[in-house]
Amino acid sequence: MRVSLNWLKEFVDIRIPAGELAERLTLAGVAVDRVDEPGKDVSGVVTGKIVEVRPHPNADRLVITRVNTGTEELQIVTGATNFQAGDIVPVAPVGATLAGGLVIRRAKFRGVESWGMLCAADELGVGEDHEGILILPPGTPVGVDAGPILGLDDQILELDLTPNRGDCLSIRGVAREVAAILNLPLKMPEPVFPESATNAAELVRVDIEDPGLCGRYVARLIEDVRVGPSPLWLQRRLFAAGMRPINNIVDITNYVMLEWGQPQHAFDYNTVQDGHVIVRNARPGETLVTLDGQERRLTPEMLLITDPGRVIGIAGVMGGLDSEVTAGTRRVLLESAYFNPVSIRRTSKALGLRSEASTRFEKGVDPEGCLRAADRAAELMHEIGAGRVATGAVDAYPEPYTPKTIVLRPERVEQILGLPVPRQEIQGILERLGFEPREAEDRFLASVPSHRFDVAREIDLIEEVARIYGYDRVPQTLPFGVTTAGVRTPAQTLEANLKRILTACGLTEVITYTFTNPKVFDRLRLPEDSGRRRTVRLRNPLSEDQAVMRTLLYPCLLEVLARNYQRRTTSAALFEIGRIYLSREDSALPEERLTLALALMGRTSAGWRHKDEPLDFFYLKGVLEVAACRTGLGPLTFVPEGDEPAFHPGRTARVLAGETVLGILGEVHPEVLEAYDLPRGVVAAEIDMERLVSMEKQITRFTPLPRFPSVERDLAFVIRKDFPVEEVTAVIRKAAGELLRELRLFDVYEGRQIREGCRSLGFSLSFRAEDRTLTDEEVGQHLEEVIRALEQTFGAELRA
Amino acid sequence: MREKLLQIAEEAEKAVEGAETVEAVEELRIKYLGKKGILTQVLRGMGALPPAERPLVGKLANEIKLRLENELVVRATKLKEREKAQKLATERIDVTLPGTCPFLGSLHPLTTVRAEIEDIFLGLGFQIVEGPEIELDYYNFEALNFPKDHPARDMQDTFFISDEVLLRTHTSPVQVRTFEKTAPNVPVKIIAPGKVYREDDDATHSPMFNQVEGFAVDTHIAFGDLKGVLDSFVRQMYGDQTRMRFRPSFFPFTEPSAEVDISCVICGGRGCRVCSHTGWLEILGAGMIHPRVLEVSGYDSEKFSGFAFGMGIERIAMLKYGVDNIRLFFDNDLRFLNQF
Repeated sequence: MRVSLNWLKEFVDIRIPAGELAERLTLAGVAVDRVDEPGKDVSGVVTGKIVEVRPHPNADRLVITRVNTGTEELQIVTGATNFQAGDIVPVAPVGATLAGGLVIRRAKFRGVESWGMLCAADELGVGEDHEGILILPPGTPVGVDAGPILGLDDQILELDLTPNRGDCLSIRGVAREVAAILNLPLKMPEPVFPESATNAAELVRVDIEDPGLCGRYVARLIEDVRVGPSPLWLQRRLFAAGMRPINNIVDITNYVMLEWGQPQHAFDYNTVQDGHVIVRNARPGETLVTLDGQERRLTPEMLLITDPGRVIGIAGVMGGLDSEVTAGTRRVLLESAYFNPVSIRRTSKALGLRSEASTRFEKGVDPEGCLRAADRAAELMHEIGAGRVATGAVDAYPEPYTPKTIVLRPERVEQILGLPVPRQEIQGILERLGFEPREAEDRFLASVPSHRFDVAREIDLIEEVARIYGYDRVPQTLPFGVTTAGVRTPAQTLEANLKRILTACGLTEVITYTFTNPKVFDRLRLPEDSGRRRTVRLRNPLSEDQAVMRTLLYPCLLEVLARNYQRRTTSAALFEIGRIYLSREDSALPEERLTLALALMGRTSAGWRHKDEPLDFFYLKGVLEVAACRTGLGPLTFVPEGDEPAFHPGRTARVLAGETVLGILGEVHPEVLEAYDLPRGVVAAEIDMERLVSMEKQITRFTPLPRFPSVERDLAFVIRKDFPVEEVTAVIRKAAGELLRELRLFDVYEGRQIREGCRSLGFSLSFRAEDRTLTDEEVGQHLEEVIRALEQTFGAELRA
Repeated sequence: MREKLLQIAEEAEKAVEGAETVEAVEELRIKYLGKKGILTQVLRGMGALPPAERPLVGKLANEIKLRLENELVVRATKLKEREKAQKLATERIDVTLPGTCPFLGSLHPLTTVRAEIEDIFLGLGFQIVEGPEIELDYYNFEALNFPKDHPARDMQDTFFISDEVLLRTHTSPVQVRTFEKTAPNVPVKIIAPGKVYREDDDATHSPMFNQVEGFAVDTHIAFGDLKGVLDSFVRQMYGDQTRMRFRPSFFPFTEPSAEVDISCVICGGRGCRVCSHTGWLEILGAGMIHPRVLEVSGYDSEKFSGFAFGMGIERIAMLKYGVDNIRLFFDNDLRFLNQF
């Protein structure tokens, strides 16, 4: 909310600079985002009278004006069309400066010279409005500095109010806060005005159907209305708040809303049948054309303002078009009401219609203030000569407000804050905030003023005391009491360790969006009945790309690879540990499973003396094996898997630890890669972290270092290709006996000199005994066993 | 004889001086001092001298021999040193050639920052707990004192799955889920990091982002304890000189509530572009847990009190690394990730 400092000063005598005021308010919970000095940059702008408006010969959207600025007549080209000859407007001649520091120069628009600029509100910094040129009231002197007229000397506090402080959505509300915070007296004059011979109650009747939805409805009648522009001082206040003047009647309702926080509505009395206002819910099928010209379909939960014949307004949200105050309006029925916040909020949401009024109603206006706010409007009507005020107000107030009493215990204040606030301080603060505290034994009884709906229990009062007393006065302490252990759970430790191991293996961690496009399942070639297609769908996604929660993690990495590949990064090794979301039939919430995904593309980088390596199936397999070993999971097994639609049928494996399936590892199917615009050969893996976590881990224990040397022997033999290496190694281990400590495959060769259908495998064997140094003979015997076993089992031939 | 000896000495010394290799020195030794060496033979011929001359010539000959031996050793040593130096000189490498770079990976900057935050609170005795990201309206709003149709719900634009299920807008639901398990036991000291979601997408807002929630409940927790714990956090995270201030604010589930600012980490509080010339950066929201929140999850609010706070990890990472667009964290451009 924008608060004019000049306006504020009418209610409380502020003597400190705006910047200091802003700081004090902010530190007491009324956040001031910034202090605007709208006129700071503006200079040289004068008032001018439009003498002539004619079309631009070369441009449909521009007009040429002649403007009298007192001393001269300027030709000015403009794109605005909201004015006519005779209007008085702010003019920035060549050399003038506008808000933001823009200096006006002579310009040519489509061949026509322009010697200045006609200004809109935003260009002068008096509002955000850029809809048209700001039109000053008739009678404004011509050729004088526009600054003081527009209130450019004012300072505007831009408040960022929290939703609980609806009571500060007005100048008087902010003034109350300022007075309490700075401990200054508040000046709140009662409205004073003469009333006419007409008795309002004879001409106006108000009925409320449901007092739960409309707690109070005050109506006043204004006669002999002369609709016209408001005086400049009033317009200026509206500008300062970011509003546009419309006419004196509407401007007064807006002025009172800004000053009192009480939204008001002015109906043309003559359009209200029998002057009878009925506040009721909509009936099925009812519609209303609102002030903005739109036809609104009304539903039974919406609260309406009606007369016996028809709907004339949507309560608290917007009035009807055909009961609007127009130039011909002679009598005005002024509404000043209290509506149920929840009802207004639902209605304005359902209609997609937010207004200054609905915003205030849904945060709650002061039911006790309705009548006085109506009186203030009446006072202004009289003051600016907009009409005569009929005697009395019609005040439907079925259940008047009774203030709630709250007990505040000073010792509770100390318990919650951790510092004793002196009793007099507590009392003073509550008094300044209007809680009229009474001391009863060792506690206070506070009476909640009608504008503070946010205060309901003791803790609310403690907060009031704390914020005014000052958060900075509370000392910093640390909690005392029983100690607690700050330790990571085994699952958290495992996750952290895995991340460390994977980065050490050359993988880069990514974090991707957990929502995705449901089309990914087509890209992945998943069958229509695949369980992974049963996604959790957002009702209001930002886009279809973020419409469903992912059920697989590795596709997110494929997307990252694709994005990087487009940007010419051709090699990458990635991993992510994140959740996937699987719908469940038996629960409102899906299952969230922590998952590890990995994906590799391209090659490791080559240097001037080391070669690059392919980032392929075996690289990723190695990474998984290292990770399993380093996290104490023990050896993994890899079983060929030919039926995963997204993976290459001949280059994919299930990953198991013991009997437990942990996930899948494989080269991504060429068609999937094509769909992602990725090169062939990308590999990916997806591992279920939950299973990993639940598996028993070997605890790292120290094994004494060997005391006797080991003996190394290499063995190369030719063997049929279709025997998997794992089977071969099993046979070697068995034949070599328990002295074999290490078995390492160092060479795989196919091609020249090797028979078709065969390959050569080179193994390095390391033998060692714990109690003696092995002899060549002993090792030779074991080696013979191995060779014989290989020959017998696989028909393998030893290479020379 | 004497003249002959002196002549040999002079000749030999010259030769040693002129020897350029260790091998040449060795040859000279053999030539003069070997079994059949020149000097050796002269000494052998001493028997032919008159007895009176023998001692004198003998003495001279021994002197010459010793001197020559010494000179040979000196020369050989000198030459050896020279050869070593020459050999090392030929072994010179170009030290400006690039070092062999291992194939490197890296942690995501958000993981690094999150771990840093976690470690600080672990050190303060907090435990880490996580909760579901897809959450019931009850835990995300109702139980945290956001009634249906309350304007406070506008503070958090929500992605809905259904009327009752949504993507959590903050990590605070973990408070209620935790209390349901712990009540009425104390003390409770938890941090709850994790992903949260809001319907928002621009340079400083991402529809998915990360928060760390922290909360503590005990029999005598006060607002001052909240200030103390956060001050400890802020000084460990941003440096000992960092100042902190509490501004009153509003969250439905805490009261009193505060926004917490720290002195700008860029300018130290003098005012700069990053802190919009205020000298302060808003980094977290905090407050005393609202008694209603304690009550709905089974704690007697007269007996127990607690504090809670929440911070955005991206915000902290952006300040720490000078990242100006939050979307960079989730775009995962390797040219970005490789900088960390």
